[in-house]
Amino acid sequence: MLKDITLGQYLPGNTLVHRLDPRAKILLTALYIAMVFCVKSPVWYVLPLGYLVLASRTAGLRFRQMLKSVKPLRFLLILTFALNLFFSAGTTVWLQWGVLRITREGFFTALHFSMRLVFLVVGTSVLTLTTSPVSLSDGIEMLLKPLKVIRFPAHELAMMMTIALRFIPTLIEETDKIMKAQMARGADFESGNLLRRVKAMVPLLVPLFVSAFRHAGDLAMAMEARCYHGGEGRTRLRVLRFTPADGYALALTLGFLALVIAGGVLLP
Amino acid sequence: MSENTQTTHPLELTDVSFGYDPQGPLAVNHVSFTIQKGSFVAILGHNGSGKSTLAKLMNALYLPTEGQVLVCGMDTTDDDLLWDIRKRAGMVFQNPDNQIVATVVREDVAFGLENMGVPQPEMIPRIDAALKAVRMTDHAAAAPHMLSGGQKQRVAVAGVLAMEPEVMILDEVTAMLDPSGRAEVLSTVRKLNRDKGITVVWITHFMEEAAQADRVVVLSKGAVAMDGPPGEIFSQVEELQALGLDVPPMAALAGELRRAGLLLPQGILTVADMVKELKQTLCPSR
Repeated sequence: MLKDITLGQYLPGNTLVHRLDPRAKILLTALYIAMVFCVKSPVWYVLPLGYLVLASRTAGLRFRQMLKSVKPLRFLLILTFALNLFFSAGTTVWLQWGVLRITREGFFTALHFSMRLVFLVVGTSVLTLTTSPVSLSDGIEMLLKPLKVIRFPAHELAMMMTIALRFIPTLIEETDKIMKAQMARGADFESGNLLRRVKAMVPLLVPLFVSAFRHAGDLAMAMEARCYHGGEGRTRLRVLRFTPADGYALALTLGFLALVIAGGVLLP
Repeated sequence: MSENTQTTHPLELTDVSFGYDPQGPLAVNHVSFTIQKGSFVAILGHNGSGKSTLAKLMNALYLPTEGQVLVCGMDTTDDDLLWDIRKRAGMVFQNPDNQIVATVVREDVAFGLENMGVPQPEMIPRIDAALKAVRMTDHAAAAPHMLSGGQKQRVAVAGVLAMEPEVMILDEVTAMLDPSGRAEVLSTVRKLNRDKGITVVWITHFMEEAAQADRVVVLSKGAVAMDGPPGEIFSQVEELQALGLDVPPMAALAGELRRAGLLLPQGILTVADMVKELKQTLCPSR
């Protein structure tokens, strides 16, 4: 059962969005983030909303899948809304309750900032839902490559991501094994208060770390034996190629961004 | 570098010593032997006999503290030849989980080729050929953690095979596998040795695996204790037992029968050999 875990949120598919070059998708996401930050008043969120609907329809994603990414942020969201609602400066008072005061301006600021947060999270989830972790790390490597000039370790970063992805299932299996072995020796992971439970994790974590270091040492040797010597002079099996579709998507996104900026200037 | 690899041996060890600790004992103690092109050599020894250290000396993962290791005529201490040496002498390790780098089988097979800077169009046929040779073509798109131990080791073999090495060094690759996985990997490597002429150094502590080699080198305390064809090695029952090694059952039985006065020839390792020789000895008329 531990073997069937899926990594990240990636939902395999073969839609136009899935087939876009990962580099293009990362750029599109960056542009989308810029778009969201350029929205000046809550009304103009219709444009990013239209963009999201278009993207998710093309990618065959259901609204529910995308909203899932908001769930872990619900407390932050409530906090953002409440803080802005109660502590924004404003003149049109709606409600006064001791020191707490709700103003019209405060309400709109609160709405604005919480919507910004939701749009950012839901929008970036389109990227992670339609791009496999491997091609994501490929895209990141390629995009960061120019930074080599300032000695930024782009290849090393991508290699670390790939290895981490490769070893997550191995380490999960091992955790399972160690847990069972410790339970057979009388370890109790499930009862007691928080402190007791944290303490109970020690006999699990120590062997897990020891074995992770052993994996790392062995893997380093195996990689060297297969001629690994960094990114220098290395070729790739997976070659990324831009297609016309990437160009159209980029143009469309830039169009939306221009509309949002224009909207902010013309109708604030 | 001159291209005289055809005439040189894939591996030549001359008086090689290696110690992990300069003051401590030597893990490999003045070892010399030459491995012929196209041969299948088993290196046999129990735990701590220095066989894994010896393997790592064979492709410059370790450098000898004394003596010389030549891979296809290239000295492993020469830094400029390092990647050339590792390309010629491919190595497969014991733990299948700790040598697979990529998240997809075919991409792992590509790893060595990517490191060597092979152009991408050339990679694809080499990967396909390597996967076919180890009978893993059907699993090319699988995730490594979904495979069995034997399958993982075959993927590791394919990863080395795609680099087209002269010699393959397999360091206890079956030690963590179940019996069927062991047979699977051994027969795959045997076949590569026979069909593609790849020289194989098979390091193991399993007698029955060593019995299938062309030549067996027995290591003890870091030194070569015995060296010869398996038939000759395994008939020396007392010597093997003195080194703390188990003898294949049929070889032990042949030894007992010989001591009891039966005139059996040397080199009986399997039940089939035993049946044949007993028939010859006991009923010579037929």
